[in-house]
Amino acid sequence: MEPKRLVLSKISSSYYSEDRKLAVLNRVSLDVKAGEFVSLLGPSGSGKSTILKIAAGLLKPDRGRVFANGREVTGAVKVGYMPQQDLLLPWKTLLENCALPLLAEGKPRAESHRRVEKLLPVFGLAGFEGYYPGQLSGGMKQRAALLRTVLIDSNLMLLDEPFAALDTITRENLQEWMMSILHRFNRSVLFVTHSIDEAIYLSDRIYMISDRPGRIVTELMVGLPRPRSRTVVTSSRFLNYKQELMGALAGA
Amino acid sequence: MKKKSLNNILPLGIILALLALWETVCRVFAIPDFFLPTPSSIARALAGNLPLLLKHTTATFYAVVAGLALAMVVAVALALTMDRWPLAKRALYPPLVISQAVPIFALAPIILIWLGVDLKPKIAVVALVCFFPLAINLVEGLEQVNPEALDLMQVMQAGPGFIFQSVLLPAVMPYFFSGLKISATYSVMGAIIGEWLGGSTGLGVYMTRSMYSFKTDHMFAAILIVVVLSLALFKLAGFLAWLFMPWERVQSKE
Ligand SMILES: Nc1ncnc2c1ncn2[C@@H]1O[C@H](COP(=O)(O)OP(=O)(O)OP(=O)(O)O)[C@@H](O)[C@H]1O
Ligand SMILES: [Mg+2]
Repeated sequence: MEPKRLVLSKISSSYYSEDRKLAVLNRVSLDVKAGEFVSLLGPSGSGKSTILKIAAGLLKPDRGRVFANGREVTGAVKVGYMPQQDLLLPWKTLLENCALPLLAEGKPRAESHRRVEKLLPVFGLAGFEGYYPGQLSGGMKQRAALLRTVLIDSNLMLLDEPFAALDTITRENLQEWMMSILHRFNRSVLFVTHSIDEAIYLSDRIYMISDRPGRIVTELMVGLPRPRSRTVVTSSRFLNYKQELMGALAGA
Repeated sequence: MKKKSLNNILPLGIILALLALWETVCRVFAIPDFFLPTPSSIARALAGNLPLLLKHTTATFYAVVAGLALAMVVAVALALTMDRWPLAKRALYPPLVISQAVPIFALAPIILIWLGVDLKPKIAVVALVCFFPLAINLVEGLEQVNPEALDLMQVMQAGPGFIFQSVLLPAVMPYFFSGLKISATYSVMGAIIGEWLGGSTGLGVYMTRSMYSFKTDHMFAAILIVVVLSLALFKLAGFLAWLFMPWERVQSKE
């Protein structure tokens, strides 16, 4: 059996404001195994982003336990966490923003910049390295944030709707590229998305989460063989998965 | 381009027109110089006393620079303390505000008793009027730091030094510089007040002496220098902001 990179066990979580309590997650259990790509689907406000924050150790759940790479999570852990907002630092250029994870590790500046520069073309960002976030489009910022996330040295990635602001072609290019590097580096991913098609196409497994307070309503193994080609989206197996998920989403 | 030059010329024209009006009114009504000197006699007082004025200006300027530096150190230390410990913020805010509510002149005797005369009380007064806008702005700036950006630093396992220089410092810079613009403008006034309290050199001393000897034109010359110095420091603060925040430059161009 493959080792589990991430385990969330019976997580309940709420946000507290003034004297009100908002229950967001209700006994959520999920896991991501080594090299696995797992998607999290669910309606808006169901607590998907909250799950990622808890998995990264940035938010303490009311109840339940979290394990990442075999160790219990008590504080922030080093993971490739990409928040829903791109969160590029406005005072750093695209190049400097992307190099942050390397510089934070104490890598020399020149080497860090070189590594980022090599990846820029893949993300369609070549030529924009000197731009500040205020000068970039929404999709460009998202791609830069993804590039930065990939450079965080961890075999677990937590991605919160990384492709939401992208056009179809850019989105598909980045999806292909992601699949190839994940395969190459044996990285595990917990991936939040609103797109059922994207989830099926990319995932080994999909969790469907209910409306708030979120709980897992469906778990679906995607048995499509890899490597997958785009034509798979018209296969009857793909459509069956889609139907099943749409049904679950309607009931969620 | 054309609009910009017009924007520069217009205020200058208004000032010149006002000066001309002032000069005319003084002459037409034969107002005595000790009551209200004409711009031309102020200019003469200025030109005729340059070395002496320069000496006093230098003395004032030293106090301003030293006081501002002291204010920055105090403000940064206070702001960091208040941001780090919420209890410190609640405890320190009221005395901070009180320190500004008490008139400087009421504090004057105490300052003199504690610090003696001349340079030290001057610096103290400058620092007292300057640290407040800096500290308040810094505290607010630290409050505004995006907690999600700090989260991001956490998952990169960045050290405190790295977080400080890549997130906290740049995030508070705009707040710091808007505080500095206010402080820099007040600083000269602070030094003048300090010199009135008790001093032997400086523009404040020069103004007092001119007043007692009814050399109102000399006094106005000193006031003119104070104004120019304050404006220059204000502009300098703006320039430093421009220099240290290249990212703001790019955005404001759009
Ligand atoms: N910092 C916070 N303080 C208080 N309530 C919050 C906070 N963050 C999220 N919530 C609430 O928790 C609930 C779940 O939020 P979350 O961001 O996890 O949803 P989501 O599933 O990611 O939604 P979306 O698909 O729209 O991104 C929402 O109702 C939201 O209002
Ligand atoms: Mg979300």
